[in-house]
Amino acid sequence: MCLAIPGKLIGVTEENGLKMGTVDVNGTKTRACLEYVPDIVPGQYTIVHAGFALKIIDEAEAAESLKLWHELIESGAFDPGEEPPSSGDF
Amino acid sequence: MKYLDEYRDPGLARLLLAEIARTASRRWTIMEICGGQTHSIMRNGIDQLLPDVIELVHGPGCPVCVTPLETIDRALAIASMQGVIFTSFGDMLRVPGSSDDLFTVRSRGGDVRMVYSPLEALALARRHPDREVVFFAVGFETTAPANAMAVRQAAREGIGNFSVLCSQVMVPPAMRAILSSSDNRVQGFLAAGHVCAVTGYAEYEPICREFLVPVVPTGFEPVDLLAGILKTVELLEEGRAEVVNRYGRVVSREGNPLAQETLARVFEVADRQWRGIGMIARSGLQLRPEFSRFDASLRFDVGHIRTGESPLCQSGLVLQGHLKPDACPVFGKECTPQHPLGATMVSSEGACSAYYRYHRNPDLT
Repeated sequence: MCLAIPGKLIGVTEENGLKMGTVDVNGTKTRACLEYVPDIVPGQYTIVHAGFALKIIDEAEAAESLKLWHELIESGAFDPGEEPPSSGDF
Repeated sequence: MKYLDEYRDPGLARLLLAEIARTASRRWTIMEICGGQTHSIMRNGIDQLLPDVIELVHGPGCPVCVTPLETIDRALAIASMQGVIFTSFGDMLRVPGSSDDLFTVRSRGGDVRMVYSPLEALALARRHPDREVVFFAVGFETTAPANAMAVRQAAREGIGNFSVLCSQVMVPPAMRAILSSSDNRVQGFLAAGHVCAVTGYAEYEPICREFLVPVVPTGFEPVDLLAGILKTVELLEEGRAEVVNRYGRVVSREGNPLAQETLARVFEVADRQWRGIGMIARSGLQLRPEFSRFDASLRFDVGHIRTGESPLCQSGLVLQGHLKPDACPVFGKECTPQHPLGATMVSSEGACSAYYRYHRNPDLT
């Protein structure tokens, strides 16, 4: 139940005094309440749970951590073609 | 899909698995708190790809599973009443009460509707002023802000025919209960990323210090989970009992202050029964007195509820990490998703459901 899906905000509206938005989740448009992320602007990504956007995804942080992983792969520290380790490694 | 596909990259997953294997020098037992993470671990075969020295045990982070039987029976009684529209997340509809579930109530003519958000339930109340609309407000800290906003909005708009049946629980008291158990085996935790998106992770720091365990907030995709496991193993190997965040794109130390503020305005901390586990002090959230007019358990008199749990179900042991689902004598036999004896077999976050769905029972494959 705590699953929350990432999506891109594509529009902002107001309903019954609440800030609402349309979020594109993998091509499916879903409505979400934006009251907990009032600073979000269209184009930004958020995670949606139970019809509420809970957090603006930190794009810089995401890019930085992915870059680090890919640098590790490219450095040759690991051969991605290698099979996953088995328990026999121990 | 951005922010999903990158975290399902097999190359990255292999890198992380190799790092985990290289780092672990001895046996470690790690609990993932969140049932959503349990399902992702099973779906992606992470439990089978990890080296044998790393054991994952599955935690109580399934709100549907820990909702007390008495509350389910109360929901069934309210949903059966004339004039009531009973709304719930879909997960709750098949959870067995003492004798029925919400689907059965619907088949008998009860107006039971599935919603994705408590705001949908509120919209139903606006559209049907002549009916009582009840929302089954279950959930951990991730869901509580949504439930809180629905109640707050009902109060603002003066919607009198809306109420909530609350069964809201919190993660840190459950972690303390697990760690305080005399037969605890858990040495480190993967903290539930979306709970932490709301609460932040500062509240886990005292748990680390008190119980000398590392806690690593992480996400739900395979790369997130493996990065979280790797960091937990590193901390265990180094003897460091601290919180290290591995879900930085979503989780910060302070969490979401606006969500916390609304949550605290509408709810207050209370003792709470956990199905299969028992009472955990100050582990739940209930409506504050100023919002008690929205409390369905006060609004509807359903008389005395006499509960009857299946004597065969061992979900309490499963929820505390003491028993693997496939070690339960009735798993896949008397207890299946079609005929569940406990909530852990039907919830999309239940560990028994994960084992059944992803064929972790050798008898079934």
